[in-house]
Amino acid sequence: MNRRDFIKLMASLGIGSALVLEGIDKIEAAADRVTDSKALQAKHWGMVIDVSKFKTAEDFQQVAAACHQYHNVPEIGNPQHEVKWIWQEDFEHTFAELESEYLSDKVQHMQFPVLCNHCENPACVRVCPTKATFKRADGIVAMDYHRCIGCRYCMAACPYGARSFNFFDPRSYIDQINSAVPTRTKGVVEKCTFCMERLDKGQQPVCVEASGGAIMFGDLDNPNSSVRQVLKDNFFIRRKVELGTGPSVYYIIGGGGASA
Amino acid sequence: MLEKALYGSKRYYAWVGLLLILSVIGLAAYLKQFNYGLGVTGLSRDVSWGLYISQFTFMVGVAASAVMVAIPYYLHDYKTFGKIVILGEFLAVAAVIVCILFIFVDLGQPTRLLNIILHPTPSSIMFWDMCVLTGYLLLNFIIGWTVLGYEKKGFPAPRWVKILTYIAIPWAVSIHTVTAFLYAGLPGKAYWLTAIMAARFLASAFAAGPALLIILCIILRKWTSFKTSNRAIQSLATIVVYAMIANVFFFLLEVFTAFYSNIPGHIVTLQYLFAGVDGYSNLVPIMWIAAILAFLGIILLLIPQVRRNEKGLILALLSVFVAAWLDKGIGLVLGGFVPNALGHITEYIPTVTELIIIMGVYAIGLLVLTVLFKVVIGVREQGMVGNHSEGF
Repeated sequence: MNRRDFIKLMASLGIGSALVLEGIDKIEAAADRVTDSKALQAKHWGMVIDVSKFKTAEDFQQVAAACHQYHNVPEIGNPQHEVKWIWQEDFEHTFAELESEYLSDKVQHMQFPVLCNHCENPACVRVCPTKATFKRADGIVAMDYHRCIGCRYCMAACPYGARSFNFFDPRSYIDQINSAVPTRTKGVVEKCTFCMERLDKGQQPVCVEASGGAIMFGDLDNPNSSVRQVLKDNFFIRRKVELGTGPSVYYIIGGGGASA
Repeated sequence: MLEKALYGSKRYYAWVGLLLILSVIGLAAYLKQFNYGLGVTGLSRDVSWGLYISQFTFMVGVAASAVMVAIPYYLHDYKTFGKIVILGEFLAVAAVIVCILFIFVDLGQPTRLLNIILHPTPSSIMFWDMCVLTGYLLLNFIIGWTVLGYEKKGFPAPRWVKILTYIAIPWAVSIHTVTAFLYAGLPGKAYWLTAIMAARFLASAFAAGPALLIILCIILRKWTSFKTSNRAIQSLATIVVYAMIANVFFFLLEVFTAFYSNIPGHIVTLQYLFAGVDGYSNLVPIMWIAAILAFLGIILLLIPQVRRNEKGLILALLSVFVAAWLDKGIGLVLGGFVPNALGHITEYIPTVTELIIIMGVYAIGLLVLTVLFKVVIGVREQGMVGNHSEGF
């Protein structure tokens, strides 16, 4: 075999294997779509949080703890490097644009659970240079931890501060690893997934189950869904709607309708 | 031609040796970061980009500034720049390499860098930034190296290089425009969300870049056989002062819009940078030094007696360069993260490891620049036939 033939052979092998790999990719993509018959499905998953139902700090703490334990979120205990999927902020920081010195004491001292808003027009998805973060057909903004290069452009783009970065290997900061969901590696970004693994198994998100009715979850596209019913009967607010992101997390103050 | 970089004076070897040592120290610090993660830096959940990205942003400007020599020479046949146009091109090559290295050291998963190419995402400005920076690197390297190669053999440069030089001019503008778009298109960052960002970037680049180039020319004039004419230096200095005036003007436009509109989100970062907010004021001295140096540089450059005096000129140019560096290489990127998305303030202080890595990246950049300039000087010293401008 002379040099020219060898190069030709190598080139054709290269193209051939690329085609095969492409094919495998497609098969895998198809396999992804095969879901459990019990799987919960929606056109646009959304969440309604009735803040008044979190009466004590413990009420919320158990929700955050349940989420973080289930999702192998490391407990780093230092705000510089912390990883958090759901946490609490006061009214002033959750809804800065609605701040007023005459807020009722009740609202002023309320703590609002904050998390990824699974936006309709997610800035994080737009800026990601590798499609490691992407929006699914059901509205969930998901992450591929194996594709993320850790450029943190999504963190700069998210107007809700919902994203955390693994500044080092998080595994030694996880008490008990839950094998139902992945742990993450150093150098990747992570955030709330709306428990998409659980939805596939027909289960509600962890925070919803742990909240005792304070957090509701359902299909925003379906007028008969529980979340739509709640939204119909209550005054609600969303975070930073003026940015055009279309957040899918709705807050109701509760305890008497339009009290906000 | 590369062999020209292998032989030099003792001073040259010492300089190259120093840069090699600094690069290796930087590499060692980087290995620590590579093994442990970005936790070795001062970055945080709230300030998720720091000096790596801000240095990247600043150096894109230095790279783009080559066009300030190329436009007069290639488009207006301004022959005074004939000798130094190649220095501008090679400065751009070194600057883009520095940019790419800063992006690389900033990645949490550097081994996955090629995912940007494997999964091209046109909606991401970072994807376009990679495209334009890579293209700009190739353009400048091919143009500079080819022209020099022909010059060495005593031939005028081929026609296709001329076409590339025309392409490189808008391309230079594109690299800094796209880099500005990295910031200017994010919904939640009021300090960055400004239509004039790209114009500001270009103005500050066209001040800082040529300022650096003049300083390099003066250094070469002092230590090597490469003698840049005073006329070329003075022409470049004029470009520096006008660009710097535009830069300051654009910044003042931001100040007007923020304060006259009285929108809190637009005021708060400027307040943080120049006065401090809630006791957080790390960047205040840096920003005031930048402001003072910017005006000092402009005034010095506007006075003909100072501008024509080598020492005065160097002082003025250093003022401009440092002012632009403090503003864009520190304040712009860090300020954007204050306050964070929820209105809290976290300040960022780089760690020693981080600073050593930055030193290493700049050392590699200087090494590339030194080698390229040495080749230029070597070819010119050979003095077969002088001026490649005949080809154009």
